[in-house]
Amino acid sequence: MVGRENDPQQVATATEPAPAEQLVDLTAASGAAAAAEVPPEILAQSLGQYLRAWVQRIRSGDSGVLPVVLGIIVVAVVFQIANGKFLSPQNLVNLFEQSTIYMLLAIAEIFALLLGEIDLSVGLVMGLGAVLVAEEVQPAGLNWPWWLAIIVALLICSAVGAIQGTLVARLRMPSFIVTLGGLLILEGVAIIVLGGSLVGIGNSHFNNEVFVYNLFWGQFDPAVSWILLIVVGVLAATWEWFRDARRRRSGLVAPPASLTALKIVVAAAAGILVVAVCNVNRAAFGSIEGLPYIIPIVLVVLAAWTVLLQRTRFGRYVYAIGGNPEAARRAGISLPSIRTWCFVFGALTAGIAGVLFASWQVSITTNIIKDANSYVLLAVAAAVIGGTSLFGGRGRTIHGVLGGLVIGAIYNGLYLIGVTSEWIDVVVALVLLAAGTIDVLSRRGAQPRA
Amino acid sequence: MNHDPGEAASVGASAPAEPLLKLRGIDKHFGPVQALYQVNLDLPAGQVTGLCGDNGAGKSVLTRCIAGVHQADHGQIFFEGHPVHIRTTRDAAALGIETVYQDLALADNLDIVQNMFLGRERLRRGLLDEDSMERAAGETLSSLRVTTVRSIRQPVASLSGGQRQSVAVAKAVMWNSKVVLLDEPTAALGVVQTGMVLDLVRRLRDRGLAVMVISHNLNDVFQVADRIAVLHLGRMVVEGPVAGFDRQSVIEYMTTGTLNGRSRTPMESAAGGSV
Repeated sequence: MVGRENDPQQVATATEPAPAEQLVDLTAASGAAAAAEVPPEILAQSLGQYLRAWVQRIRSGDSGVLPVVLGIIVVAVVFQIANGKFLSPQNLVNLFEQSTIYMLLAIAEIFALLLGEIDLSVGLVMGLGAVLVAEEVQPAGLNWPWWLAIIVALLICSAVGAIQGTLVARLRMPSFIVTLGGLLILEGVAIIVLGGSLVGIGNSHFNNEVFVYNLFWGQFDPAVSWILLIVVGVLAATWEWFRDARRRRSGLVAPPASLTALKIVVAAAAGILVVAVCNVNRAAFGSIEGLPYIIPIVLVVLAAWTVLLQRTRFGRYVYAIGGNPEAARRAGISLPSIRTWCFVFGALTAGIAGVLFASWQVSITTNIIKDANSYVLLAVAAAVIGGTSLFGGRGRTIHGVLGGLVIGAIYNGLYLIGVTSEWIDVVVALVLLAAGTIDVLSRRGAQPRA
Repeated sequence: MNHDPGEAASVGASAPAEPLLKLRGIDKHFGPVQALYQVNLDLPAGQVTGLCGDNGAGKSVLTRCIAGVHQADHGQIFFEGHPVHIRTTRDAAALGIETVYQDLALADNLDIVQNMFLGRERLRRGLLDEDSMERAAGETLSSLRVTTVRSIRQPVASLSGGQRQSVAVAKAVMWNSKVVLLDEPTAALGVVQTGMVLDLVRRLRDRGLAVMVISHNLNDVFQVADRIAVLHLGRMVVEGPVAGFDRQSVIEYMTTGTLNGRSRTPMESAAGGSV
């Protein structure tokens, strides 16, 4: 490094700066700052500094999960006051079951939203997936093994995503039009595949049907639930702790040890609470207790797509395209292929939702397929409520899960206190508009200050 | 692909006799419009060349020809004395020629490290190697003394205009680059931030890079440039050390292509300067 030691020495302060100090101070060249590998100002080492950097991130439009977590707490408190049953273990499991489809569809939608596109077809891709998997395991019909049925259903859903993605990415047709066409075609196709009859998957002693039924309605034994929690929790906590410790040691940006510990303690407490709630007997007669399979299924999807979007080149390029397509193009990124793959992953996730939807509904009818369409807007709502931006480039898979939980909780709570479904739709729509407003305002706040 | 950004500093600081990048007789036309006529330009290592010219003089076209966005119709480009063909931006990057465009091409939602490595991410076992990228980005920024950003993990959206420009420049010099072309680096900046960016430009020169600054602003040009080149209607009307110019003469070259009514050939001016 070529030094210019005679430059005036102006060390920027790390405290809340006056406007002038916020500028790049290129003349800051104290010997110490030049010698250090990374300037000390850019490292937040204490909890206080870290919180300040976090406030900065929120102000820059990256609000993260804070608003939605606050929203969940508010919803829980309000409904608990209105109806003491809301936070009962039985209702909480019920609530999660009702939220599962919203969560998965919201994650599916996030792939399109991150690009700044929209996918109106996720509800009916789910419907198609549900019909396919139900038809494929019928003992009187195809009678495929459950794993083949699921794989084929997911592949067909992914192919639908590939076709829509190609139209959007290569022809640059508006995603609104492509997926609007897609949803109408899929509704027809799903009803044709259904063949006008009712297809059931419950109430059967055939293994493949029972397996699909159990995906949604089955649960682990209470003891197994605890063992699962301990194994997964210890692995995750160890990984988190050592990663942060390693980054702190190498002088990279990392939360202080106290914050890492706090995160682990909160996550552990949440996990213990979930398993304890699930292990309470929730059956009106007899006994249903233990962790429902859907919780680990949602967590696996969440973990896999989080790694894909946060830790791979593909994910990085998705965010880059959502943030500034021109910058992505100049960086040598192939926009059409990344865009197409986003629609494929979205449709695949909707297909996973479809398999669970078939299991949840127990039987598929024409009306249920038509009803699947109403999930689209709730999926968008869940993603936006969770903190995903409609303008592209901002959002994480966890936002879909938390937003889905909010939608499920609002539906569940309003039903509990006896509100009719018309009014429930109004309330959900108002929550969506509020979330959209926050999105627009935070985006405005994020305009660069030149 | 992934050069150690520290290598850039090892380029010799003294100007060699042969310019690092040499353009001879560059012609470029778009349909019937002749954008560049027989342009000659030298970019010596360790010097800042200010490229001036009125709107439509061909500054951007010339820059894009060097950056590989356009291909010259005729003429030759010599890089370190050897003739080279720059057909794509990739060719330019492979030679070590990086361009910082006026719009910077940063993704607001990505943080500084992610922007600096965009399209050239380092991987470890198939996943992004964040630790190594963050370390390298931090080293580059501190070697350029871009030290007031609060965190290199903050999104670019939260940066000021000067900080964004600094990140764009740091991104350009990370890749063992030898030539950096800056398109209007101070156009969107206030007085204080302009000073900071110009300091950064001097620092690139001190590292031994050949720097070309395209600017309308003669104040900026006279503050940082070691050499000045003036384009007028697609012709290089004068090129030489900054000592041979004053503000008035540059303006006259920019607007009329001549000084005191006397037209000069590029070769004359390169040899003698003006006044």
